[in-house]
Amino acid sequence: MDYHILREIADSWVLLILFAFFVGAVLWAFRPGSRQAHQDSANIPFRHEDRPIASKENRP
Amino acid sequence: MWNTVKLVVLGLVALFAAIAANYGRDLSYQVHAVIIMFVAAGLFIWTLRRFDEPVAVANPNEYLDGPIRAGAIATAFWGAVGFLAGVFIAAQLAFPVLNFEWAQGYANFGRLRPLHTSAVIFAFGGNALLCTSFYVVQRTSAARLFGGNLAWFVFWGYNLFIVLAATGYLLGGTQSKEYAEPEWYIDLWLTIVWVAYLVVFLGTIMKRKEPHIYVANWFYLSFIVTIAMLHIVNNLSIPVSIFGSKSVQVFAGVQDAMTQWWYGHNAVGFFLTAGFLGMMYYFVPKQAERPVFSYKLSIIHFWALIFLYIWAGPHHLHYTALPDWASTLGMVFSVILWMPSWGGMINGLMTLSGAWDKLRTDPIIRMMVISIGFYGMSTFEGPMMSIRAVNSLSHYTDWTIGHVHSGALGWNGMITFGALYFLVPRLWNREKLYSLSMVNWHFWLATIGIVLYAASMWVTGIMEGLMWREVDAQGFLVNSFADTVAAKFPMYVVRALGGVMYLTGALIMCYNLWMTVRAQPKVSDEPAMVPAE
Repeated sequence: MDYHILREIADSWVLLILFAFFVGAVLWAFRPGSRQAHQDSANIPFRHEDRPIASKENRP
Repeated sequence: MWNTVKLVVLGLVALFAAIAANYGRDLSYQVHAVIIMFVAAGLFIWTLRRFDEPVAVANPNEYLDGPIRAGAIATAFWGAVGFLAGVFIAAQLAFPVLNFEWAQGYANFGRLRPLHTSAVIFAFGGNALLCTSFYVVQRTSAARLFGGNLAWFVFWGYNLFIVLAATGYLLGGTQSKEYAEPEWYIDLWLTIVWVAYLVVFLGTIMKRKEPHIYVANWFYLSFIVTIAMLHIVNNLSIPVSIFGSKSVQVFAGVQDAMTQWWYGHNAVGFFLTAGFLGMMYYFVPKQAERPVFSYKLSIIHFWALIFLYIWAGPHHLHYTALPDWASTLGMVFSVILWMPSWGGMINGLMTLSGAWDKLRTDPIIRMMVISIGFYGMSTFEGPMMSIRAVNSLSHYTDWTIGHVHSGALGWNGMITFGALYFLVPRLWNREKLYSLSMVNWHFWLATIGIVLYAASMWVTGIMEGLMWREVDAQGFLVNSFADTVAAKFPMYVVRALGGVMYLTGALIMCYNLWMTVRAQPKVSDEPAMVPAE
């Protein structure tokens, strides 16, 4: 397991995996029906300004 | 039981620090041992005095805001200290007589410069990232911070790291790696604190009540994880003695240089960019009162930035012993990086579309917008300067310093000021800021200060670059180094003036925030608004 083996793995399979992951992430963002989900996510900062959502066991 | 463990550990630490202060081989190490001894002994007494007191039960239906308040205070304080140090060393460059004879070896330019860079990046920027990340992760996860008082440990532990680093620089305790100057024992301490930070942040995300992880948290998390990796690899060193600050790096030569700039550029990329983008993606929508322009774009922005930034480091090592292929790789990735950077800038700016009128009425949103503008400008300048031909002119000149400051003062500083103006009234439950016209003064002083700074550094940087390479008909160099130093004097004075303006603005902000807490009426004990659900 020397430098050259690592180097060869890195610039073949690992490069391919990373690139495929990146393309996959972009395609996933554009998947059909994502608009609704994204609109919902974009509004997260406006929901719980003052207190957390109480979990069942903590409810006063 | 837990208190007993704490007492044993603190007692042992204080004892070892006392022994270390006695056997210490150098001044920096001895002073640090004394500081650690006093901190540990003080905490020992504090714990002992409250040994039998009942433990206060935290209310899980409230956010944990104590460490965030402390972090906001620390941010403003360290900001003022760091800017003051910057103004002073700028004046030292213009007027060398300010390197006082009686303070040689402690307060000359070489000792104060790392103090300035670490104070603004790690103390001011770091505390801003700590407190905003704790604020944002709670509000966007709808969950209280994980780990209880661990967040307090992170805050105090991080600030102890800053005190140790700063005193070490003045006394000569440095491993001479840019932005990673602290010696081995301070590095070990920061590693412990950083792991605790990761536990608090990740724990809060894991117990979130909101099903989706908001994009700001992705940026914060990438910042925490990547900084942990960079810090550990770049600080691999072997101490000469357990009783001395000196250590020897594991890497040598060009490998060491490459590791250093892999670290150095990604400190810019993940500390000063990814972390602050997390701030942008929360505070700009909140202040503009509308969601981010495109959530899709924010996802693509995130992954593109993460995948590209990590490769850009070699552009710091053009025309060195580094192989050409490596520096070309760094250059190409730096140029590609322009795209996600501008994607993020567009996303931030366009969040205001339909609400541009707020720019006229709200000085806080103006601050955030100009910060995004400076982000766009410096992420265009950076890729350009990474091109080998441009770099041959710009490298080693003041142009680099100008570039760094348009990013640091413009992007990091302004977005942090905006976040502080947003946070302080909310954290202390005040209706509004003490004075909006003071925010206006701050805005204009800071903006004009940055313009003076960046413009004078462009002029002096390009001028000295051209003077260095000027040859006469016989091929001899025309200018000596001292000629360039003499020619730069007027620009250095302008730069110091810009720094004074920026510092004045920050002091006005400190006063404004202080008076907001002191003089503004409290809203009510109960949070006023209940979200409509």
